[in-house]
Formats: sequence, C-alpha cells, structure tokens
Amino acid sequence: MNDMSRLERTVGTKNIKMECRDCQVYYGDTHAIKDVNVDIEDKTVTAFIGPSGCGKSTFLRCLNRMNDTISVARVEGQFKLDGEDIYDRRVDPVQLRAKVGMVFQKPNPFPKSIYDNVAYGPRIHGLARNKAELDDIVEQALRRGALWNEVKDRLDAPGTGLSGGQQQRLCIARAVATEPEVLLMDEPCSALDPIATAQVEELIDELRQSYSVVIVTHSMQQAARVSQKTAFFHLGNLVEFGETGQIFTNPVDPRTESYITGRIG
Amino acid sequence: MSVSIITLIVLGIAVLGFFLGRQRALSLSASSGKRLHSLPGYYGQMVFLFAAVPALLLMTAWLFMQPILIEGRISANIPDSVIPEGGARSLVMADVRRIAGGLDALIADSGMTETALDQMRADETDVRSQLGNVGVALGSDVPVQVFEAAKEYRASSKTGSLLMSIAVLAVCGLFAAWSLLRISPDQRARNVSEGFVLALLVGASLVAILTTVGIVTSLLFETFHFFKLYPAREFFFSTVWNPQFRGGSELGILPLLWGTLYVSFIALLLAVPVGLMIAIYLAEYASKAMRSVAKPAIEVLAGIPTIVYGLFALITVGPFLRDWLAQPMGLGNSSSSVLTAGLVMGIMLIPFVSSLSDDIINAVPQSMRDGSFGLGATKSETIRQVILPAALPGVVGAVLLAASRAIGETMIVVMGAGAAAKLGLNPFEAMTTVTVKIVSQLTGDTEFASPETLVAFALGLTLFVFTLGLNVLALYIVRKYREQYE
Amino acid sequence: MTDATANSTGGTPGRNAGSLFDKDPRTRKRNAAETRFRMMGLAAVIFGVLCLVGLLGSIISNGVSAFSQTFIIVDVFLDPAKLDKDGDRDPDKIAKVTTFGYAPLIATAMEQAMEQANISIEGLGKKDAAELVSKEAPAQLRNYVLNNIDEIGETVRFKVLASGRIDGYYKGRVTMASAELDRNVSPAQLQLADQLKAAGLLSTGFNWQFFTAPDASDTRPEAAGLGVAILGSLYMMIIVLVLALPLGVAASVYLEEFAPQNWLTDAIEVNIANLAAVPSIVFGILGLAIFINMAGLPQSAPIVGGLVLTLMTLPTIIIATRAALKAVPPSIRDAALGVGASKMQSVFHHVLPLAAPGILTGTIIGLAQALGETAPLLLIGMVAFVREFPDGPPDGFFDPASALPVQVYNWTQRGDPAFVERASGAIIVLLIFLVCMNALAIVLRRRFERRW
Repeated sequence: MNDMSRLERTVGTKNIKMECRDCQVYYGDTHAIKDVNVDIEDKTVTAFIGPSGCGKSTFLRCLNRMNDTISVARVEGQFKLDGEDIYDRRVDPVQLRAKVGMVFQKPNPFPKSIYDNVAYGPRIHGLARNKAELDDIVEQALRRGALWNEVKDRLDAPGTGLSGGQQQRLCIARAVATEPEVLLMDEPCSALDPIATAQVEELIDELRQSYSVVIVTHSMQQAARVSQKTAFFHLGNLVEFGETGQIFTNPVDPRTESYITGRIG
Repeated sequence: MSVSIITLIVLGIAVLGFFLGRQRALSLSASSGKRLHSLPGYYGQMVFLFAAVPALLLMTAWLFMQPILIEGRISANIPDSVIPEGGARSLVMADVRRIAGGLDALIADSGMTETALDQMRADETDVRSQLGNVGVALGSDVPVQVFEAAKEYRASSKTGSLLMSIAVLAVCGLFAAWSLLRISPDQRARNVSEGFVLALLVGASLVAILTTVGIVTSLLFETFHFFKLYPAREFFFSTVWNPQFRGGSELGILPLLWGTLYVSFIALLLAVPVGLMIAIYLAEYASKAMRSVAKPAIEVLAGIPTIVYGLFALITVGPFLRDWLAQPMGLGNSSSSVLTAGLVMGIMLIPFVSSLSDDIINAVPQSMRDGSFGLGATKSETIRQVILPAALPGVVGAVLLAASRAIGETMIVVMGAGAAAKLGLNPFEAMTTVTVKIVSQLTGDTEFASPETLVAFALGLTLFVFTLGLNVLALYIVRKYREQYE
Repeated sequence: MTDATANSTGGTPGRNAGSLFDKDPRTRKRNAAETRFRMMGLAAVIFGVLCLVGLLGSIISNGVSAFSQTFIIVDVFLDPAKLDKDGDRDPDKIAKVTTFGYAPLIATAMEQAMEQANISIEGLGKKDAAELVSKEAPAQLRNYVLNNIDEIGETVRFKVLASGRIDGYYKGRVTMASAELDRNVSPAQLQLADQLKAAGLLSTGFNWQFFTAPDASDTRPEAAGLGVAILGSLYMMIIVLVLALPLGVAASVYLEEFAPQNWLTDAIEVNIANLAAVPSIVFGILGLAIFINMAGLPQSAPIVGGLVLTLMTLPTIIIATRAALKAVPPSIRDAALGVGASKMQSVFHHVLPLAAPGILTGTIIGLAQALGETAPLLLIGMVAFVREFPDGPPDGFFDPASALPVQVYNWTQRGDPAFVERASGAIIVLLIFLVCMNALAIVLRRRFERRW
C-alpha cells in the first residue's frame, strides 16, 4: 500500500502536506499574522520571503507550535498536518515536533559531542533499539547533512568546536535524525559565509527528495535558487503565494513587485 | 586633651584655612591683576585638605602605635619574679592596665592629687581596697613592681597623649600655613587638590588590601607562636581533641575537620538538590504569579541572620529530631547533633544555591532550549539533557561557593551541632566543628600565651585557607563558564 | 496513508505512523516523566516556602509572649524603721540600705494584700507568697525611695514584676503539673496567683521594659531586657555607617572611574572579591588580634565591634556602589568632560549624585547584614554580661555594651527556659529592624530608580 502511494506521489500531482486556513497570531495586543492561508506541499521547498518584521518567522514557528513556549503569543485558525488539526487539544506538541522538525537562524549545537548532538533526537524519541542502530542513524543523518566525511574521525569532539557552516549542517543533521516529515528552516544561512551557504543550499535541495521543507529567508536569490513555491509576507499579511518562477518573474501584486525590485524592504 | 577635642581643633583650623585660602587667592589675584588658574574655592579646598588630612592620619597612627610601644617597654621592665607560677606576662600586663585605669578613676572620684599618687606605695597603703572603692576589683594584693609599673604606664600614656596633641596640632598648623603661603594666582590649585583627593581615593581602596594583610599576618603570627608551643605534626594528624587548661592538652584538628565536613556534607545534600530544583522550577515552569510570590519568599530566607537559624536549630529542629527520630530509633538522645546543624544549615544555603543556579540557568542561551524543543523534546528532557549539562560548570562553581559558606558558618553549628569532638558516623550524635572550637577557645577570659588559646589561630588559619581555596576555585570555574557564552 | 517518509530510511520501527491525536505509549511515558519532574520542582519550592514559614513561625510562636509581662500590684509601706533608722532622712545613710533591706517590705505588703483580699491558701507561708514577686522588685523599690526620700513612712502603690515562673504560668510555660516537680514554684503559689488575679492585683500588660531594661542575671529572666543590646547595636551601626560609607564610596569611585589597568588595581579587586567570602568568624579573630591585642582597644566595646563590622560590610558597599556607578551611562561623563570639566569634577558633580540612590540602597542592605552578624562579636567579648548602659557617644563607643544578636546567643546559653522566650522575642525585635531597613531600601530603589 505504501509503495503504491509513494509511486503515485513521485510521479503525479503533489500531496498537500500542511494546510493553513484563516491563521491569526497575536503577540499580546499586536496582531502579528492576519488571515493567512497557505498550503504546503509534500517533497517541495516552500520559501517565505518578505521584509524584516513581516511575520514570516512567526508564521513558521506556528507550524510546529514553537510559539507555545512564548507565553504572550496566541494563535487562531486552522493548521492541519495531513488533515489533522495540530492545535487540537488532543495533540501533544512533543509528538508534533517529532514530525515537524526545525532548524534555527543561529547554529545552536548543544554543548555535547557531535555524536551526542545527532543522537539526541533519536534517543528521546526512542528510535533505536540498540547502540548499533543508533550508530547507524547517526551516520545516515550526518551523511544526509553532508557532514559525515568531515567529522567521521572526530565524532567525540564537541559540536561547538566546529566552524559556523559545519555547525549549521550539524543542526540540520540533528533535525534530520529524528526523521521528520516536514522540516522548518528559519533563515538557516543568515549567519553563514557564502561557501557555507552554498553547501547548505545544496543540502536543502537534496532533502527535498524525502521531506517537505519550509524555509524562511531574507535573500530573494536564495528563495529563487532553492524553492519551488514562494510566499511573500508583508506587514503580517500573506500578499502572494505561488510557483517561485511565477512570483519572481511575473508577480500579481504590486507590493510583491516593489519588494522584488528592491523598492521596499 | 581628648581625641575628640583635638579632632575638633584640627577641623576648626582646616575650615579657617579654607576661608583664608580662598580670601588670599582672591586678593592676590586682585592686587596682581592676574586671573586665577582655578576657581577660588579650590585654593580653599587645597588648604583645608593639607591642614586636616596629614594631622588626622598622624593622630590615627599615633593612637594605634602608642599602646604597643608603651606596653612593650613596661612589660620588659616587669621582673619575672612577680609573674605568678603558671601565669603569663600578658596577664600581669592586663593587671597593670586595670590598675592604671583605676588610678585615673581614683583621681577623678576621690579628689586625690597627682603628688599624693606619686607618693602612694603598694607596700604601705592598701591599694587593693582603694581601687575596689572606685570599681576596680583586683584578685589579689598588688606587688610593688606591678604597682610601680602601673604608675609608669599611666605616666607614659599621659606623656604620650600630650606629645601627640602637640605633634598633631603642629603638623596641622604647619601644613596649613605652608599651603597658604604657596598660594599664587598661577598655582594650579584645582590640580593640586584633585591630586590630593585622588590619593585619598587610592588610600580608601587600599583598606581592602590592608584588611587581608591584617588577617593573614595576625593568623600567621599567632599560629607560628602556637607551633612553637605545640608540635605541628600532632595538630594536623592527631585524632584527639582534648584541651586541658592545666597543660597537657591534646589538640588534634582531625575530629574538628571531620565534624565540619560531615555537617557541611549534610547541608549540601539538602541544599543543592532543593536549591537547584527551585531555580529550575521558578525559571522554567512557574507562572508569573507564582514566581512573584515564591521568589521573594526564598530570597527572604537569604536575608535572615544566621543567629535566627541557630535559634531555630536549638529550640525547634534539634528537639524535633531527638524526639521523633533519634530516640525512637535508639540512635541517641542529644538535641544538638550533626543532623540538626546540617539540616538547618542546608535550609540556610537553599536560597544561596538557588539564586546562583538561577543566574547560571538563565545564562544558558535561549537558542539551546529552542533547538531542543524543535526536535520534540519535553521540558524536563531539555532541562536534564541540554540545560543542566550546559550549566554544569556553573553549578559546580555554585556548589563550591556553598561549601565554602557551610565550612565557615559559625552560629548554626555553635547552637546546633554540640561541643563534643568526635570521629563518628552517627548523624544523631553531637559533634563539633572548627568554627565552634574557635569560638569556645577565644571567648571568655583568654590568656594569649597558652597553646589552648593560640590553637584557635591555627584553626582560623586552616579555615581561612580552606574557604579561600574553595572560593578561588569556584570563581575561576564560574568565570570560565561565563566566558563560554559571551 | 501518510507514513511514507517513515519508511524512507527503512528498518526503524514504525513510529511517526498513526495519527497525532493518539499518543503512543512512549509519549505517554515521557509525559509522565515530565509531570514527575515538574512535581519535584514544585515540591522543592513548597519545601523552601515551608522552611521560611516554619522558621518564622517557630520563632514568633516562641517569642511573641516576651512582649507581654505579668505584673503584681502591691501597696508597700515604706517602713522608716527599716529604711531610715535614725529618722534624719540622710540620703547617704539611706543609700547604705541594700536591696536585702527592701525585700521584707515587699513580703509584708504581699501578706497584707492577701489579708485584704481574703485570700488564704493552705500550706503557703509568708516567704512563699513573697516569692511571687520578682527578685528585681527590691531594686525597683530602692531606686524609687532614693529618688523620693520624703515618701518614707508612707504607703506607696507599686506595680512590680511577677517572678519568671508566675509569668510563665500565664503564658502556658508552667502548669500545675510541672510546678509539682519544680523546686522554684509550687502549685500553691500558682493558686495564689490565680486568686490575686481574680482580686485584680495581678495583671498582664505590654512589656515596655523588654525594650528599655538592661540584661538581668540567670535567676530573674522576667527582668531581662534589650536596652543595652539595642544601644550597643545602634552605636555599632553608627560607626559602620560613618566609616564604611565614605571608605566604600571612595574605593569604588577610584576603582570604577580612575584606576589604571595595573597589578595594584588587580590586587585590590581580588582582595575585595575574597574579603566578601571570608568567613565572618575570621574577621572576629582579626578584631581580637589587631584591635584589642595590638591597638589596646577595650574588649566588649562598640568601637571594636563597629570596626570589625565595617571591614565586613565594606565589600558589600563597594560591590553595590560600583554597580550603581556602572549604571550611570558614559554619555553623562562625556557631556561633563565635553564642557571642560575635569575628570574629578565630572565624577563628583554628575556621576556620584546620579548613583546616590543605588549607593544608599546598597549601604542599607550592608548595614542590615552587619546588624545581624553574631560570630565575630563573640570573639571580641561582646558576649559579656553587661548591665550598665554605655555613655553617650563618642565616649560610649569605648564602654562595654552588648549587641542584639549576641544578646540572643547569650540568653540561649542560660538554664531557665524563660530565657528561650526572651531570646525569641529579641529575634523578633531584630527581624523587625531588618524588615524596616530592607523596606526602606526597597522604597528608595522604587522611588529613585532611573532607567537610562
């Protein structure tokens, strides 16, 4: 059965992975996100672009309920993952975040060894039955994070000792190790130099094979390079959402055009 | 002339100097037609400082040195024959001081003249009863030499005071006059007086160093004396503590150290987990309302003086442990015990540990928490597996600081732990600590020549070295930890 | 249908499968662990708060009774035959009559009082009845007579202290049963006390003497008060304030504003940090060795205590002052320097006044710490039994005195359980002082707090 559906997906039209309807976010009295409707497709990279403070990161954090940790934030509307409302009372955010992983703006490796950093997720979720399996998961994750060759000889070294780009790839490998279905990335390259950025972008493109990736970025070039779908946010509103090519070449909304041509930002 | 009168005179001269200096600067400027370099007030301020500061410093130094010098001279003059068997020169000197004080009172109260006093002799008049009348009770009749020494002591002190008055006033006057005469419109009075003030500021900062030097030298000096009277090997390695005020004491530090460490260990066993959990709960879980109530309540615990904890141990915790645990289990029937002191000290340390841990936990960046939550970890998993390991060096530093506090704590153990020096394991037994013994060896009438008293300084030195070492280590660890996240 | 990715790496047990709405067993287990951990934290907080409540509760429940005191009203005939045998009212001769001469007067007065009130209790002699009155009462009488010599021969109404056991009876410390076993009080005496109370001759009132009277000896806890201790503590606080505030501020100003980066500055910084952590008892040893033995200052005197506490308080004040100076933004200094002020002028005219509230708050907190400090004062002899009030300052700084926390310790070392009540009462007084000082600090901080 699985094989059937998989086959269907890879060749046919893409499934909707996450479905967001009439989403509102309030920070205290501020209305940070207004009436946003977005569908996030499976095995696709979706980019959120827009000027600073437009709410794109806030919206991203709604997708795996990271806003729960901020006491003043209030979220309304429907967020569905595979048709199930993630804000339902019965949903445990812990279980949700195992399915919807996240990578942050600043590389944030734990002050542990490289191995323990990657093994952290599988350990808490109980993905491995024994040490050999765990070793295997860690290796797979590091390979997918395109870091294996650089660190395979020093898995016991502290993760904080890596360079910035390596740290960020470690964080991606760490997120991948839990086998999420959706990977959220909040400006993953903003703290990296161009070479490291290129490596991470390449990595994102590979990850698209197995996951649905949502990336927030400041750089329009980056959005154009890595994404298939792009959403443009402005002042808490979703202005335009569509195929990346279409957004960048032929935007419908004048605000999108102004932003892309650099007149607002 | 009494010290306060001299002080007043010096200040009077200085204030006068201020106005004169100001006046002189203004008139010089007017007569020569030159502009003053500084505001006129600075010329006055300069004279004020030159008049007051050196004179007052001289007076303080004199007051400090005079008794040392006089006592040294007088005590050298007392023949060994008047020192009672088994007694000490310092005790005789104490008598000399008291008799000298009594003679002052005698002159003030009974109108005796100085000459009459000069002719008074210990072997002819009943000095003891006369002094008794003015409230100076002496244990025995006064030997002639001691009485003469007392008279000399009194005379030297008087001469000393007189000399001091003259010297201080002379210094004050000379400096005032000199600085007044130096005034000219070109003089950089502001710079001079600011330099003077800066020197005062430096002097004030040096007090911290002086204090440390005072502590270290007084401890080292007396400890050195102690080791001349009592073998250092015995002190450090003997397991018996049994001071006898007739000599033949056994003064081994080991039982005291054992008691100290045992009590501190129990205290930390309570304070570290509880303090840490409080910090974690308040930082990560508690609602705003709860934090606003619980945090100040815990901080209040930190502001309560240790004597209050001591009393709590003595009247509540001690009897409670004895009646409900020790006696039913047949483990002892003393209300002061290691457990009593340890638990109460633990309560005292809870706020200390929790506020230090709070700082440390808050220093762990939010991005660590985000990273862990983003992977689907629960709060407790995040705390136990990410935050605590990240904060571990800081927490270790906090525990070391708490340990240093516990080792140096006095009142709780004095009132809660008991006085019996023992090397035992039963926590319901009374044991004693280094600080308790420092207090008991140094309170009451102490005689500074016996090893039983001097041992307190050796104990104090041990304590000082221990706590200092722990603190330096802890501060080093905490600093390294802070740097990691900066 | 949506578990495709779970199989993408193959091999791992099927997790992430299933609906978000069902919690898998592992999540349930993890949530249980979460709850346990949370409860542990809550328990720790509750334990901490309970400790505070227990500590204060135990002290207050033991000590609050120290503020009330049982008095007996007696009409004493000041018998000239006993007080002034020659009848010439010569003050010197009257002063020769010691308190022993006054005791019988009170005994007689008690006897008469019983007769008038028609009280008779079996097996209670005259001497037993007189024992209801504190041993302090004859001294009270004597003082009165020496001040009012012309009232000899008259009958004067006195309100005298009841003895400690009688006082304890009305505070629940002594019961009929315990009196059976107590050789200092008998049940008959307690009955007498009850009847006196019924006759209105025995009453309980607020114990003002607790604040004003000096300490009293072991056998008369009812008369012990905090007068000398409060005065001694006050003197020490004055000394600490006068010395530590200027020294601390001067040192902080130097370190924060002027000190160059060199070894001396480092040495000072290290010293201040370490002094803050030296056990208080070591400061006591310092005081004993330097101030008393070397400089020859008197034992038990507030001056020595004040000096020792000054050295202990200095680090606190320096740390607070430096924080306050640091909080003044550099722009203020730049502004002053920019109009041509010297560095010293910018500090003393602008920075220091702006930092004053912070300095004051730190100083008050330092003083509060010093007020509760006990251990070093034990070593410099402040634990001695002092009944005489010290003179007024500055001479009084050199007279023997006690201090509040030391008085507490002193009382706990005495045999009579009535002293435990006194000690707890004294702690309450001490805590009230501390609360007031800290409240003042908080008010100051709130009132003058400035956000840059």
